[in-house]
Amino acid sequence: MDWTKILWAVLIVMMIASLWPAYKHHMKHGKKAEKGDWEGALLPLGAVVVLVVLLIMSVR
Amino acid sequence: MQSHSSLSNEVLKPMDYNSVASPRTAAAGLEINKVLKNTYLLLSATIIFSAVTAFFSMSMGMSVNTYLFSVIGAFLLGIFVLPKTANSTAGIGVIFLITGLLGFGLGPIINIYLQAANGAQIVTTALGGTGIIFLGLSGYVLTTKKDFTFMAGFLMTGMMVILLGILANLFLNIPAFSLAISAGVIMLMSGFILFDTSRIVRGGETNYIMATYGMYLSIFNIFIHLLNILGFMSDD
Repeated sequence: MDWTKILWAVLIVMMIASLWPAYKHHMKHGKKAEKGDWEGALLPLGAVVVLVVLLIMSVR
Repeated sequence: MQSHSSLSNEVLKPMDYNSVASPRTAAAGLEINKVLKNTYLLLSATIIFSAVTAFFSMSMGMSVNTYLFSVIGAFLLGIFVLPKTANSTAGIGVIFLITGLLGFGLGPIINIYLQAANGAQIVTTALGGTGIIFLGLSGYVLTTKKDFTFMAGFLMTGMMVILLGILANLFLNIPAFSLAISAGVIMLMSGFILFDTSRIVRGGETNYIMATYGMYLSIFNIFIHLLNILGFMSDD
């Protein structure tokens, strides 16, 4: 097996391990969404999707 | 992908933006503006420095493995050194070291894309697209002052899913899966830009060095994965 793949795998496992405590904390104590919160987030994220599609069309 | 730091290093401290103006509120507002200004100034400087180191590694014709070692170095610095130095001037040196390393690792990646017939177009389109995404999302939060801190749990879950997906695809090597991961990373990092900017605006992040680190990682990851998508989808 390619040694670079093993090194990438070790790095990613380390990233997951380093984020695990924060993940557990935010799943337990994180702020919950209120009414209208996700609608407010979908607008800018939807714009990102449209932009990426336009960028793909520009290089084809 | 570089892991995001903002959620792991800071406790969220939401502020009440609807309170009647008072000296204490005015002072807090000035402090928030100071953090914002310092964050964007440091971000601009680190991006320029990153571009310079990328140019050097491109000129030196470094091998593609440079990217792997630069990401490892930046990750270790970000986990073990930056949090300890973020409250001192040494933190500025560390953040420049991290972003310089990542920029240096980016050089060989950009060289690979430039070898394609429309490589220059792919790289500049990815660069422009990254800029538009970052400025658009930051501008949206700064003008609307919406609270995106509710996204913390979603973003952390998404990060875990993406990292596990990347780990699996290291061995599965499925191009379509790689594309899906890149699309997921771009959306996730866009979410992080909304979240991080919202935290600064609402006083949840007071350390401009850590704020810059989080923003830089979002921009870096968006650029890398936009390159991947555009490179795959181009006619060449």
